[in-house]
Amino acid sequence: MENSTIVHIEDITKIYQMGDIQVHALRGVSLEVREGEYVAIMGTSGSGKSTLMNMLGLLDQPTSGSYKIRGKEASQLSKSKLADLRNSEIGFVFQQFNLLARTDARRQVELPLFYGGLSGRKRREMAMATLERVGLGERARHRPDELSGGQQQRVAIARALVNSPSLLLADEPTGALDSKTSAEVMDLFNELHRQGLTIIVVTHDPLVAEHAERIVTLSDGKITSDKTNGSRLAAPMMGIQQ
Amino acid sequence: MKVFKYLQVAVESLVAHKMRAILTMLGIIIGVSAVLVTMGIGRGAAANITERIESQGTYLLTINPGASSSGGLSGDRGSAGTLTMGDAQALLDTSLHSGVGIVAPEYNANARLVYGNVNTQNQITGVTTNYPVVRNLKVSSGRFLTDEEIKQQRNVVVLGSSLASDLFEGKNPVGLTLRINAQPFQVVGVLEESGGFGRNNADSQAFVPIGIAQGRLFNAPRYRGEYTVSSISIQAAGADQIDAAQKQIEMTLRLRHNLDAAKSNDFDIFDQASLLEATADITQTLTIFLGSIGAISLLVGGIGIMNIMLVSVTERTREIGLRKALGAHDSDILLQFLIEALVLSFFGGLIGVGLAYGVRALFLQIPAFTFRVAIQPDSLVLALSFSLVAGLIFGIYPAMRATQLDPIEALRSE
Repeated sequence: MENSTIVHIEDITKIYQMGDIQVHALRGVSLEVREGEYVAIMGTSGSGKSTLMNMLGLLDQPTSGSYKIRGKEASQLSKSKLADLRNSEIGFVFQQFNLLARTDARRQVELPLFYGGLSGRKRREMAMATLERVGLGERARHRPDELSGGQQQRVAIARALVNSPSLLLADEPTGALDSKTSAEVMDLFNELHRQGLTIIVVTHDPLVAEHAERIVTLSDGKITSDKTNGSRLAAPMMGIQQ
Repeated sequence: MKVFKYLQVAVESLVAHKMRAILTMLGIIIGVSAVLVTMGIGRGAAANITERIESQGTYLLTINPGASSSGGLSGDRGSAGTLTMGDAQALLDTSLHSGVGIVAPEYNANARLVYGNVNTQNQITGVTTNYPVVRNLKVSSGRFLTDEEIKQQRNVVVLGSSLASDLFEGKNPVGLTLRINAQPFQVVGVLEESGGFGRNNADSQAFVPIGIAQGRLFNAPRYRGEYTVSSISIQAAGADQIDAAQKQIEMTLRLRHNLDAAKSNDFDIFDQASLLEATADITQTLTIFLGSIGAISLLVGGIGIMNIMLVSVTERTREIGLRKALGAHDSDILLQFLIEALVLSFFGGLIGVGLAYGVRALFLQIPAFTFRVAIQPDSLVLALSFSLVAGLIFGIYPAMRATQLDPIEALRSE
């Protein structure tokens, strides 16, 4: 059976006005990501990959073009509708984790559910279940300063997953981690991918991109290559155990 | 309810930054307690003054002789000397003076009092038995003058409390004999402390039968064959009879003094109620004045909240960006920061109320402070709602700033 389309981008442009100068960050990008795909978007700084990620994450609106997420047209929506879509369709993982200070892991994970309007008890149950899914069930009452970098990023991943989003959007997820914990996080991504989650990782790091089954390369606001990752590490654990 | 969650978030964030929260609240704390204490002082003073005025008698009207006038020249107040025992007698006619309850004429002058080797110069007041009723005076030991003593003009005297202790230095004076202008008088009673003030303070006076004061002691001037009086105190028949009594008295006295329409009164009727009103006006102004000084400090406290909230928004830019990325609406962010400001101002207000009561308790310990700080429910409500409004007004701008942050910029910030 053909998997359904999660992301459908058609001929998107983004022009920033910086004083008198117009900056063309995206010059007609089209991209389709199907359910269960694991895509890496690569590019150097200034290639437009950050702009594309903001667009995908519904944090920014395209100047022209169409963006459908799970069939819902997202461009030209109101701020409030965009917030609802971010809440229900997208899970964010950031380079700097972006956890709230002085807040324990469970409460971090509850946050999207809170904005989704769920009751306190339901929130707690779902947050605990998701923390267990990323292997942090015992750390639920720990605050960020009591967790290692890898554990913090896993809390952030749990937070991204808790709403069962259509799309997990990770921006340089290993950028702030050492190579060993990076590997742990990439393992977790591989595992989630195996469970059928749609993942888009934005990175400049080829080692991170290697894990994806499809690599899209962006340069100067355009997609320059979009190919299946032939050399993909077939088994998730390979290449890490040394 | 989301609001409760925000309350929780706000309280957590404040607990997490205790020092900052306390410093922010300090402005509101001081503002609220300043409003309460200053208004309390104003009101306490007002109550104190009212109490003192009322201690001189209820529904009290005082008739004093007016200024004499001859050839267009006015004399001093009280110089007319036309108010007599006959006038007092005439006012007793209830068919003409339905508003008048009790009539108490008095004649007073200063005299030397001697007991043993103590001597003082004090006001001697010649009175009738009605005097303590009208003037709200109570006897603490012995008794007041009797009708018989007044009629028969016996040499008996009742002493004000401070005069008694000055002259007799702690001894019970009842039954002892002192000299007033060298004439012997037997003390029959001592009055309780009256708490009044000014010239009419009963505490430092000696009371003798009015006939003795007018005759043997001071030889009072006469007018049309009758002894003159220093003043006549009237207790109106009721609170609603004060105006009527005043009109009736004026009519009778004008008639008796042969004043035609062209002539002004040769007497003054002094109405205690109007003094109370005037006092209330003054103390009201005082209270508002003091309260507004407190309100200014509350305003400054509110600006302090705005200041800290703006800093807090800047500090938490990333947090705001993250919350937006996770699906927070602008209204969620607005509410979060607004509730934080309100929690700050509300708790600041509560602590301020506590501080005000502390200051009140402190004032009660200071003996020189003769009145209490009156903190009343309405000023509590006023101060607390004022602090909440300050939190709202000064919280809104930082909260708006927070909602207007671009999530991309906010997430990128360090």
